[in-house]
Amino acid sequence: MNSIFNKDFWKEILESVNSNGFRTLITAFGVFWGIFILVLLLSASNGFQNGIKRQFSGMSTNTVFIWAQTITKAYKGKPKNRNYSFNVGDGEAIRENIKGLKTISPRNRLGGWGGSSIISHDMNTGSYTVEADYPEILTQRSLRIKEGRFINHSDIKDKRKIVVLGWAIINELFEKGEQVIGSYIKIQGVSFKVVGIYEDVSINGRKNIDEQKKIHVPFTTFSQIFNQGDKVRFFVITGIDDVPITDVKEDIMALIRKRHDIHPEDDRAVGNWDFNKFLQKFTQLFIALKAVSYFVGVMILGSGVIGISNIMLIVIKERTKEIGVRRALGATPSIIRKQVLLESLFLTLFAGMAGVSFAAFVTFIVNLILDSKFPEGDAMLYNPSIDLPTVGVSLLILIVCGLAAGFIPAQTAIKIKPIEALRTD
Amino acid sequence: MIEITDLHKSYPVGNRKLHVLKGINFSAKEGELISIMGSSGSGKSTFLNVLGILDEGDEGSYTLDGTSIKNLSEKVAANYRNKFLGFIFQSFNLINYKTALDNVALPLYYQGVGRKERLEKSLFYLEKVGLADWADHLPSELSGGQKQRVAIARALASDPKVLLADEPTGALDTKTSYEVMDLIQQINEEGKTILIVTHEPDIAKMTKRIVHLKDGLIINDERIEPVKALANV
Repeated sequence: MNSIFNKDFWKEILESVNSNGFRTLITAFGVFWGIFILVLLLSASNGFQNGIKRQFSGMSTNTVFIWAQTITKAYKGKPKNRNYSFNVGDGEAIRENIKGLKTISPRNRLGGWGGSSIISHDMNTGSYTVEADYPEILTQRSLRIKEGRFINHSDIKDKRKIVVLGWAIINELFEKGEQVIGSYIKIQGVSFKVVGIYEDVSINGRKNIDEQKKIHVPFTTFSQIFNQGDKVRFFVITGIDDVPITDVKEDIMALIRKRHDIHPEDDRAVGNWDFNKFLQKFTQLFIALKAVSYFVGVMILGSGVIGISNIMLIVIKERTKEIGVRRALGATPSIIRKQVLLESLFLTLFAGMAGVSFAAFVTFIVNLILDSKFPEGDAMLYNPSIDLPTVGVSLLILIVCGLAAGFIPAQTAIKIKPIEALRTD
Repeated sequence: MIEITDLHKSYPVGNRKLHVLKGINFSAKEGELISIMGSSGSGKSTFLNVLGILDEGDEGSYTLDGTSIKNLSEKVAANYRNKFLGFIFQSFNLINYKTALDNVALPLYYQGVGRKERLEKSLFYLEKVGLADWADHLPSELSGGQKQRVAIARALASDPKVLLADEPTGALDTKTSYEVMDLIQQINEEGKTILIVTHEPDIAKMTKRIVHLKDGLIINDERIEPVKALANV
């Protein structure tokens, strides 16, 4: 009799819940609705998070881009407003001095930021961006080689005049059916052999056709042919997984400043874009979104709980006589209290689990619609879903709510004296 | 079985005290069938409440089957009620969503008797009141007399020392009343002590002893030869 798992005890509770079927249903609806909205909000924010994460899939997100800007402070007898460039030595110095880095890719580009160059093949010409790369850039960007190969270390060492083209260039420079791999294109009049075709498979690449129209040449070849000396336009630096690049980027920039006689406090001399920090902002946004979801959901759930509490109170009032009879027949106050608490817990849990299930069902439908409308998965919302911890947390919230809802009615119920049984109605 | 000496009880009414029981001395032996009579305001309900451990007197002592009933916690009071007393109410007070059998089983449930034994015992008592065939019916499917018989079976289920009946025939027609009284007489003949509160003289005449209450005092206490209820049916 004292066990919660006693069959008779649950029979008692089921009976009294059943005896007020319609009212039970209405009461439970508040909690059902609250948890439904809570779980739906959480799964929507989950989906939003998945959608954003997917935008960056295939990229090394623990990455910082740094480039040289105008020096803004005079230092060691050198004036301000100087311009300077990174050099290959900077890359080596970073590699030697800064711990926790995975990949350091120096890059160059023909023309200014996003600038382009005249490219020709036979009689066709076009204007495209030429980028000078090391093979390692493949680990940092989501480029897929469709045909041929990417730049390799032999290309770098031998300064081979080879290129890897974006697939979107092919239609513009080559005739239909023409053999691309092995043919030659001219960049500013210099011939390069085409060894590969790439496709940018990032979401950004898929949305932006210009990303599919770039020309990658070996870094060393580029430096020599286009007279760059040892200049580096910018570095793409990726940290190892458990070292956030945001923590080490200041060291990197300090090193650069030291190497180029820049005032240690000249914050503007080295430009940087921190992918990791950028994503952290998103992470914070998601945390905020989750917090808001929990807040709104729990608030709505709260009104559902008050509803249950209210109805339970009315039920207790209506059942005053029945409780009196039970007391007269030998029920102790603690039995009555336990029954009321468990009744409300049962109602809350039952309604809540129905709400969770319904929310899961709605999410499933939304997923089906998303999958059919955006088979590429490039919608803002991607795979909205409820994970097991969320279900666990909502279960916990429900238990707390159920007990809270039952508390006041239970206190009311145990105040009922067995003498009530003798009152005639 | 029951020993009450100099029982006083008063209720606050506004800032005055309403003295309801003014020194009652009463005793009952095992196997007695007693009716307690009195007009409303005579204190008979309060007296029954005290007898049923639903309320406690302010002064005086109450001993039930050798156990002193004084300053009990709610829990102990509940246990004593369950162990010593069986209640029969005017309005039956069956739980309307439980079958006749489950209603009868309720006191046993609170005693912690296992399910199988509980249902066996309950069926036995239902049989005793002649309603074994109605075990699976809800109270709403029973007539008034049947309901009261189920209630009697329920009162008997925990095998109490004393049965307390508060106007057991108050909601029944005469014929049904006598049938119920016949059942009560039978149970008494098997040795159970029974106290009945009633204001109907014909019902009182079917008991072995009539106690008259007036203004909080026992004014008359006489033993009579009970009228057989069956003869009047």
